[in-house]
Amino acid sequence: MKSLYSILVIITGLLLIYAMSAALMPEFHLGPLTFQGAPTEQTMGSVQRIFYYHVPSAWTAFLLFFINLGASVYYLIKRCQTADILALVTAEVGVVFCTIVLVTGPIWARPVWGIWWTWDMRLTSTLVLWLIYVSYLFLRKFSTSGQTPVLAASLAILGALCVPFVYFSIWFFRTQHPQPVMGGGGSIDPRMLHVLLVNWLAFSCFAFLVCWSRFRLEKLQRELDAAHAMRSLMDEPAHPRSAR
Amino acid sequence: MTSNPYLFAAYAVTWLVHIAYLTTIVRRYSRLKREIGDLKRDH
Amino acid sequence: MSGTLGTSSPPLQTPRPEAAAEVPPSAASAPSGITRATLLKDLRLEWRSKDAINSMLFFSLLVVVVFSFSFDPSAEESRQIAGGLVWVAFLFAAVVALNQTWARELRNQVLDAYRVSPAPANSLFLAKVIGNFIFVAVLETLMTPLFIIFYRLRAIGPAWQLLLVAALGTWALVVNGTFFAAMSIRTRSREIMLPLLLFPISIPAILAMVQATAAILTGEYSARFWIVLLGTYDLVFTTGCLLLFETVLNAE
Repeated sequence: MKSLYSILVIITGLLLIYAMSAALMPEFHLGPLTFQGAPTEQTMGSVQRIFYYHVPSAWTAFLLFFINLGASVYYLIKRCQTADILALVTAEVGVVFCTIVLVTGPIWARPVWGIWWTWDMRLTSTLVLWLIYVSYLFLRKFSTSGQTPVLAASLAILGALCVPFVYFSIWFFRTQHPQPVMGGGGSIDPRMLHVLLVNWLAFSCFAFLVCWSRFRLEKLQRELDAAHAMRSLMDEPAHPRSAR
Repeated sequence: MTSNPYLFAAYAVTWLVHIAYLTTIVRRYSRLKREIGDLKRDH
Repeated sequence: MSGTLGTSSPPLQTPRPEAAAEVPPSAASAPSGITRATLLKDLRLEWRSKDAINSMLFFSLLVVVVFSFSFDPSAEESRQIAGGLVWVAFLFAAVVALNQTWARELRNQVLDAYRVSPAPANSLFLAKVIGNFIFVAVLETLMTPLFIIFYRLRAIGPAWQLLLVAALGTWALVVNGTFFAAMSIRTRSREIMLPLLLFPISIPAILAMVQATAAILTGEYSARFWIVLLGTYDLVFTTGCLLLFETVLNAE
């Protein structure tokens, strides 16, 4: 397992470097090879290149939240600890990626539209999604019950049920009160699409590695907690010598 | 290449956030390893 | 035994854990019987002590007054923003009510009694939701005239739709709120956990309520989409909460 982890780290690292270079430069060289990157966009210029980090982060976050839903449902049915840890991990890493979307969005909006925030459809939906999963993490952290996984799984399911409503309501709100759409609609240049997908692949691998690490950490933490519990059970002061 | 400060800021922030999160994982992990070492020693 | 500290209701009316079993067997076996019995018990208790209604009422009044000092809109502007103001006020008042939903049950270990009884958990949940709905609806009925006066409101669109929006919107808040209140009793800082969990998930419903109210008051566009959205939201979340409540109740 350890060697597999190391191999994946190296592959992901290379992918990320390639993806970032492709995003930043229309043409770049890695050693003797020349690669084609993303062309410079006409209207927005080089700022548009934020797109290649903003959108893949969003897609990765959605993917992670989707896995969270699956893990939560599986947990409620099978009550398997692995599913619970997976739910926690994907929610956390999903929130990290979601935060990045919410920060890179305004950084992109400012030079293009002159404003930091616009209640545009994608940004607003992402914000609500972020709020829902942050509240999930708060429940996890503040719950004093031994059945936290069950409560968290229920919240995850209700949160996921909410997602279509979030999109529908904000979509209609935006059609009633139209505002410029960030990221632009319409067709995309195939070279841009290629760079976008490459970045998505790189970030997905990266997310997988981060989740794996967090998973190992959580598993270890729980084993330690269980060991502590066992220890305090065993250390019943039955010996009259140990004055406590 | 990255003459635009906003472009630089966006990419930098992305990696800063990821590094921050990974740092918390690494720190908690080393603390755990230490605790486990203590536990093993006491038994 | 039954005299708990600080409760304002006289000891005789404090529900004992056996209360659930005291309902005649024929009525108790039917889930609707339990719902009705629990609901009537809650309403009776509330009517006698008027704890929740009084605190919610005063809180809402305060919110209306404070908002009036903050916003001094013209009649045209107020029609645009009144929807948001009114629903924010009702939202905060509902949270005050929801926070004490399960307090009485917790004080007297009634929840444990429900867990061991054969009564389906849904009946208890439904009774709580309907009880809360009635409380918040009464509150809204009492506060609305104040809002109309302070903001000189007049509906240009079809005013009857406001009733529909109020009913659907209140149900949306109350059904999720009761569910999350049950979840948050097993957390630290449980008073802050309820709004923390409730607000994000309620955002589509709140958007719908506010937009529908604005649409009806200004008469500029139809509120139909929002009303349909609210109805669907209510259906989906009532079903979801009913299905999940048993799991949550049994979680310790």
